[in-house]
Amino acid sequence: MIDMTPNLVLVITIGVLFTAGVYLLLERSLSRVLIGIILLGNGANLLFLVAGGAAGRPPIVGLEPEGQMADPLPQAMVLTAIVITLGMTAFLLAMAYRSWQLHRHDEVQDDVEDRRIARRAARDEPTVLGDDSESAETLDEAAAAARDETDHGAPAQERGR
Amino acid sequence: MNDWSWIVPLPVMIPLFAAGLALALFRRPRLQPIVSVTALSLVLVASLALLVIVDDGPLVVDVGDWAAPVGIDLVADRLSALMLTISSAVTLCVLLYSLAQGRDDEEESAPISIYHPTFLVLTAGVCNAFLSGDLFNIYVGFEILLAASFVLITLGGTGERIRAGSIYVVVALLSSVLFLVAIALVYAATGTVNLAQLAIRLPEIDPGVRVLLQVLLLLAFAIKAAIFPLSAWLPDSYPTAPAPVTAVFAGLLTKVGIYAMIRTQTLLFPGGQLDDILMWLALATMVVGILGAVAQDDIKRLLSFTLVSHIGYMVFGIALSTDAGWTAAIYYVAHHITVQTALFLVVGLIERVGGSTSLTRLGGLARLAPVLAVLFFVAAMNLAGIPPLSGFLGKLGLLEAGVHEATPLSYTLVVGGVVTSLLTLYALTKAWNKAFWQPPEAEPRSTHLPLGMVGPAAALVGVGLVLTFAGGPLYAYTDRAAHALTERTPYIDAVLPDGERGTGDSADIADRGNEVEIDLGGGHG
Repeated sequence: MIDMTPNLVLVITIGVLFTAGVYLLLERSLSRVLIGIILLGNGANLLFLVAGGAAGRPPIVGLEPEGQMADPLPQAMVLTAIVITLGMTAFLLAMAYRSWQLHRHDEVQDDVEDRRIARRAARDEPTVLGDDSESAETLDEAAAAARDETDHGAPAQERGR
Repeated sequence: MNDWSWIVPLPVMIPLFAAGLALALFRRPRLQPIVSVTALSLVLVASLALLVIVDDGPLVVDVGDWAAPVGIDLVADRLSALMLTISSAVTLCVLLYSLAQGRDDEEESAPISIYHPTFLVLTAGVCNAFLSGDLFNIYVGFEILLAASFVLITLGGTGERIRAGSIYVVVALLSSVLFLVAIALVYAATGTVNLAQLAIRLPEIDPGVRVLLQVLLLLAFAIKAAIFPLSAWLPDSYPTAPAPVTAVFAGLLTKVGIYAMIRTQTLLFPGGQLDDILMWLALATMVVGILGAVAQDDIKRLLSFTLVSHIGYMVFGIALSTDAGWTAAIYYVAHHITVQTALFLVVGLIERVGGSTSLTRLGGLARLAPVLAVLFFVAAMNLAGIPPLSGFLGKLGLLEAGVHEATPLSYTLVVGGVVTSLLTLYALTKAWNKAFWQPPEAEPRSTHLPLGMVGPAAALVGVGLVLTFAGGPLYAYTDRAAHALTERTPYIDAVLPDGERGTGDSADIADRGNEVEIDLGGGHG
């Protein structure tokens, strides 16, 4: 019989990992978001360990009495999840680097259209113009020029509008 | 009777092996297309075979001969086979379209050598998610298709695609983490991740815990499927990708989320505790999505919003939790995959001819490209649900199921569905008028339409029409699929013939290990 009482230390660690992960996920910079996702992923992996019950003997049939073995299934799943997280992390890092190459920042931006609507609302204009009077600036151009909160020293076109 | 179960893994295996082969052939750009087209054609054939075979009963494969609850199993029932068939037809058409596009503009700076392997991996991931009989394997299928979709959405690595891609990637990873947490908690509560065994064990656990698990799983799938409060990422990220990529994403990826919802709602959580909430979400998704579409000027964004909106119809069908509801929802998924993909492919052609996707800049295309006008019109009317097209049949089924339910909430949904359908008609007619009939602002750049691109787009529009003309048999098929879903026993009996273990070679070995298994279940039961 595997003891299913959760280990308090692990539970607290999971809580801390998730808290920090969620906090970082809400940041603007993609590299911080990445760290947040890694923390969340590790929290989920620890959760699997807790889900497998208390630690036991190595699960090898014939070497150990069967009642004392650790549950191998969650360990296999954690391994899979770790590998997947590794691959995703590598991809996100590459994306953050590419973004830095192109724009000198790795910011995850707001929806460009949300931004445009908010700007028009601030100027008290109708949000949908039939004649597309802003067509001088397409959404793509607006996106390239836009910066959100991490624009230290960058030209602040967006400010004050 | 022959044992056909060897076909079941093929839709996953063929694309994966072909992906490896295509990657190895990265220096031979002429061989790559042959490999991928052959692979996807074989997948289509295998899926069609499955579609016919599993009508007699689900096929189960215990992978590696490890018996079911411990080993991973692949299950093909009517729902999976139908999804597989539609999705492989769609992926094949999109691949042919993108081949013609690649041939036509040599200048395309995207690294084409990576396109084929990635596209094949995407297909394998989608098929794996459809076939999997194991919650964790569904997660793996999701991750396979997500990893491939990350590469496809940032293809070429231009500034705009990186910007749109980063939102998509972060949201997708967040939903994966949620899914993983849900699986961990499911395992903690029940000691298994096998869907059939979960169907037996979940009714025995504490109802509060069960609702928690259901909410977590629904949350993860709802992000993937873009259901209203969780749909904001979609219209901003899809339109920037290349046209064929957007088309296949719009057609398939959200539907994988819908499929997972149908599967878990029917098999794991029958009884419908959360149906009222799902109803409200369906209504909000339909109405908010279509209002976004009406306000759009960019035709790709417009279609992305209609995509979100029509997800609401499928959620409506799911939330009804009746035979009629499931039937209509499954039919609607099949219809929507084809029609939405076809529309995005046609819009890709419009962009080529008109040089823009902005409806204010486009114009006069009816004279330049009458074929496009016809294709867009048929697909658009199909999406809006004009009789006698398949969109009408799907919507009619949903509305009938809603009226049959006869609660105030379901009547509200019926009204919402009709309004959404009318607004879809309005938005698409507006787009059609503007793109094809208004006087052009500037001289369009080229009127050359490669046949290789028009062909697949027309073929998909044609598939939509086939869904209409074969509406009777197909609807009967989805009805049988839905009936088996409500019954639940065909699926469970196929996977676990004796209610305990599957039929792999490891069954006898594992009998000795059964003690641990039972203790685990007992510890929480």
